[in-house]
Order: sequence, then C-alpha cells, then structure tokens
Amino acid sequence: MTEYTQPRLMQGNEACVEGALAAGLNFFAGYPITPSTEIAESLAGRLPKAGGVFMQMEDEIASISAVIGASLTGAKAMTATSGPGFSLMQEGLGYGVMAEVPCVLVNVQRLGPSTGIATAPAQGDVMQSRWGTHGDHPVIVITPSSVAEVYTLTVQAFNLAERYRTPVILLMDEVVAHMRESVVLPEPGQLQIVNRPRPETPPGVYNPAEHAGRPVRPMACFGDGYRVHVTGLAHDATGFATSRPEVVNVEMTRLNEKIPATAGEIIPPEKICCDDADIVLTAFGGTARAAMRAMRLARRDGLKVGLLRPVVLWPVPERAIAGLAAAGKRFLVVEMNFGQYGREIERVAAGRAAVYGLYRVSGELITPAEILGRIREVA
Amino acid sequence: MLPEIEGFFRTDKLPHMWCPGCGNGIVLHGLVKAIAELGLDKNKVTIVSGIGCSARAAAYLDFDTVHTTHGRALAFATGIKLARPELNVFVLMGDGDCSAIGGNHLIHAARRNIDLTALVFNNSIYGMTGGQASPMTPSGKRATTAPTGTLERSFDLCELARAAGATMVGRATAFHTRLLTGLLVKGHRNKGFSLVEVITQCPTAYGRRNKMGQPADMLRWQKEHAVDIKAARNMDSGQLQDKIIIGELHRSTAPELTTRYRQLIQELREGGGFLD
Ligand SMILES: Cc1ncc(C[n+]2csc(CCOP(=O)(O)OP(=O)(O)O)c2C)c(N)n1
Repeated sequence: MTEYTQPRLMQGNEACVEGALAAGLNFFAGYPITPSTEIAESLAGRLPKAGGVFMQMEDEIASISAVIGASLTGAKAMTATSGPGFSLMQEGLGYGVMAEVPCVLVNVQRLGPSTGIATAPAQGDVMQSRWGTHGDHPVIVITPSSVAEVYTLTVQAFNLAERYRTPVILLMDEVVAHMRESVVLPEPGQLQIVNRPRPETPPGVYNPAEHAGRPVRPMACFGDGYRVHVTGLAHDATGFATSRPEVVNVEMTRLNEKIPATAGEIIPPEKICCDDADIVLTAFGGTARAAMRAMRLARRDGLKVGLLRPVVLWPVPERAIAGLAAAGKRFLVVEMNFGQYGREIERVAAGRAAVYGLYRVSGELITPAEILGRIREVA
Repeated sequence: MLPEIEGFFRTDKLPHMWCPGCGNGIVLHGLVKAIAELGLDKNKVTIVSGIGCSARAAAYLDFDTVHTTHGRALAFATGIKLARPELNVFVLMGDGDCSAIGGNHLIHAARRNIDLTALVFNNSIYGMTGGQASPMTPSGKRATTAPTGTLERSFDLCELARAAGATMVGRATAFHTRLLTGLLVKGHRNKGFSLVEVITQCPTAYGRRNKMGQPADMLRWQKEHAVDIKAARNMDSGQLQDKIIIGELHRSTAPELTTRYRQLIQELREGGGFLD
C-alpha cells in the first residue's frame, strides 16, 4: 500500500506512475526507452495488481495504437516514451486527435535528433509535441518541474484528456524524470478525477447528430451497445467518413477550436517576483529550477529579475506573456534547445518587449551561474 | 440483400464504394454469415480494420467498428481485446496492410496467441492506391510499381502466421465462400490467434494489368487453381506449382494471452501484495 501523508523519496518517473494510478489508469502499453523506462517497469508490476493491464508492445507505433484501442473501450490509457519513440508515435497521436480518443502520452525528452544521447537532458521536443503529427490539430502539452508536480500534472493530464476527448502530452525532461525528491502524495480522495462525457441516453435513443453543436461530444464506448464507428478519415458528427467540404470545414474548425486558446491558462504559469522585475527569466521543466536559483542569486546582487514558468506549454499561456510584455518587462528565455519556446515568447511579445535567449544543446544542464552571467550581459 | 444478413449491415451506408466485380462484397458476406452462425450478440462484436479498400468494410457493418491506420489494425485490436476481453474481435486487413506495413504487428499478435480473428483480403495488390505491388503480389506479376513484373518473391502469409505462433490458420477464396464462412467460424471458436486469408479478385488494379479477364474469369481462375489441403497432401511439388492450397491449414494449442492475463490478475489479488 502506498502510504499517504508520509513524505517519500521518489523519482519523477515514479511520481508519474503514482499519479497515473491515482487518476484511474487501467491500461498501459509501451516499449522500453531511456529515460522513460522506469515508468513501464513500475507499471508492469503495479497495474495487474490493481486489475489493469500492462503490455510491452513490439514498438512504439503498436504501443500508441493499443492505447487508443483500449481507450475506445472506456479504459484510461497511457504510454510513455522518449524522443525516438515519440517520433514513431506521431501517427497514432494524430489518429487519437482526429478520432477524439482520450489518452496520455508521456515523453521524457532526451537529446536528439535520432538516437542522440539517451541519458542526457534536453528540451528539444517542444515543437515536435506541438506539430509532430501532420495536419492542423489542437494539442495540450504540460510540463512539470519537480517530482511533486509530476504527480499532480499526471493526474491533470488524464483529466484534461478526458474532458476534451484528446491525447494529452506530458512533456518531461531527463532531469525531472530521474531526479529524486521528498514528496507527500495527496490522498486519492482529495483529487478531482474527471471522466469523459458519455451518452446520457441508452442505445437506440442516443443520437450523436443531436450533439453536433457541442465542441466536445459524448463518447460511446465499445461494448456498451451503441455500435459506434470510429475513423481517422475526416468525418461528420455521427463519426462516418465524409469529404463534403461544407461538413469537413465545420468539423475541422470545431476540432481545432474545441481546446480554447485560453486552455494555456487552465494550469496558470508560475510567476515569481515579476511585479518589480526588469528581466523575466522564462523557463520550464528542469531548466526552471536553475533559473529559479539564478533569479535568487541575481536578486541578492540587486538585479531586478523575475521568473515566468509555463506549466501548460501548448496552448501557449498567451495572457500571462502578453501581460508581462505590455508591462515593459524584458524576457530572457532559458531552454535546453535552440530557442523553440523563445520564438513563441517573441511571437506573443510581438515587439513590445525584448526577448533574449540562453540556449544550449550539449547534454548538460544549463547552470545558475551561466544564467546569471547572461542576465548580467543583457541587464 | 438476403434477409438473414441484412440485420448486420448499416444499410444506410450502402451502396459500398468498391468497383464493379470486386471480391470484397463476397468476402464480407462470408464474414457476416459466420457471425450469424456463431450467434454472437451484435453489441459484443468489434470490427477493427486497417487502411485500404477492404478496410472500408468496417463502416458498412452494424457493430462497434474502428477503421484504424495503415497496418496497425492488430495493434489497436490488441488494446481493445486486452481492455475488454468479452468482446468478439474480428480484424479486417488488406494484403499490403497486413504483410507489409503491418507485418511486425502480425507476427507479434500470432506469437502472443491473443484471441483475435484476423481476416486478410488478399487481392494480390495495393487496391486503394491504384495498383502498386504488395509483398503478396505473385512473383513476375505486373503492378504500377513493377511495370515489367515483380522481381521479388511473395509471402505465404499462412505459413508466416503459423511459424509465428497462430493457433488456427486457414485459406479460402472469394469463389469458395462456404469454406470461408466455415473457416471464420472455426477461427472465432479457436481461443487464440486465428488467421484466415481469402484470395479475392481486384479486376481494376490487378486483373486488368495481368490479363486475367473479366471478374467472372478471375473467380474461375480461383476455382481452377485452388486445391483442398487434403488433396494437396497427396500431390507433389510439381503438381502443386501455381496452385493455391485452401482449407484449414494449421491448428495447434497454446495459452491465450487475455486468459493468462486475467489469471495473473486473479493470482496477484489472491496472493496479496508480494509485487509491491
Ligand atoms: C502510413 C501510410 N502509408 C501509406 C498509405 C497509403 N495507402 C493507403 S491504402 C494502401 C495500400 C492498400 O493495399 P492493401 O492493404 O493491399 O488493401 P486493398 O486496398 O488492396 O484492400 C496504402 C499504401 C497510408 N494510408 N498510410
């Protein structure tokens, strides 16, 4: 039994497992890959004990496919992978988006492209998580910075997936996944658990066309008597394929708008000491920890530095960024890539504020001292 | 449509999108007759299909149906069956779908002996994309991507499935519909992974290019080239050259995955928390 209330030393990947189980996970399929493997290994033992299913599939394409299949029957399903596997999952991810199948995809980023460095931290999948699958599509990507937050955000990932009927990506990095911290888990009763909307009327009476106007429609699950059809082809409100432009237009617009732009604020970005700041460090995931330290060091030296830490990466929490830009703050974006999120900050700042970057891809963490140095350069 | 099968179709989705003379409708008829014969509850039948002409069958059938991605039908079906083992899952694939892009999923579904009934519509060609060579295009036959005939050998999918661990394997043709239905009934009754390959005609993308005549001629070709497995046992390789062996080709027993998984859950629950 998991002991609640007692502080426990826990790794990020373990916290992900605890969070998933607390959210009601009952199906996992995956393929081993560093630095996400602990999630699969732990669930291999835990899930069957909880009456759920763990499957090691033949590859990541099969893993995400099995996850979607399980979710079609009503299961809460998840997979976990890293860069090379995430690339393979793009096909299934797109299917999940198009067919509106809730599931959670954990990507513990490693240095890429290709095999890159398996054990080195990086944050290079920011854009892939947004645009990796083809076609215009909505996406929710959330990113934790601490072990405790891995737990709560994993629960949130399931809740958002169920609420919006869509795959949700939990984008971790190697630092957060492998770091150990002492955490106190909330008791399961304290968690709010969201379940997907289901038909409110029985089979025969239920008519999906009646819900055509709803951004998120009820989901009839396999085996429940509704005899539904699911396809990755463009389809109408009843789920059957169509290529009639007037229907496709309505459906693709609804799909792309069902996750509102304001969803970036569902879990508000963390803003620390921004009110009087001249420079707002902007960082997420493991990098935000170094940025936090750098902010403290800078403040000690009398530099007015704040921190903006987006938790939902996609949709971009534009209100918070725009507000800071309008208030004349300058941004210093720190990330373990060559500026993938920095360009989003520039886009939202729209010329109202200077945006500087500290970007590095070397397989090493960006240190507080480095950040402090860069703050001095731009201050 | 025959009244005994009409209830299994979403008749409002008909007419189908297949070409005149295509064998897919005949195969679908064979499948539905098997489901009728098995007496399955319509609400507990799940159809999983890949991508291709044949995969479009899913939308016409009045069950829970999922039209997945190219090659991945068995992987989706694995998730469905493990999450909800009481469902009767039939997986419909084209020959390219199953043997090329989905080949890896096929061998692993067979190895796991998961209780799925796979039906492969083998029209020897990529139909939906207009007639490119498939791994099951017979050697030397023409395709848009093999204008002078394929240089490659073709797969014997039944042998492949057997070697990978399928516990029931059979082959029929669009001409031998009663055999097809019988094999699907046996396939479903087999508690494990069953694969039924059905040779079917694609007059548009394969027959025309290979001078096989009208659809009726292609069906006649199936009739004349098919040899029942029992007869084939008494024939030598010379006599069997260019023949298609049909019938129940393989049967074995092995533990079935979803059953084993439910047992594991049971054991863990009874045994207490030794796996913490
Ligand atoms: C990943 C991917 N690659 C390629 C395609 C294009 N494509 C659609 S159907 C098909 C082949 C269909 O042939 P087969 O599986 O033999 O089925 P048939 O159409 O003959 O029934 C291909 C290559 C696709 N949809 N997805």
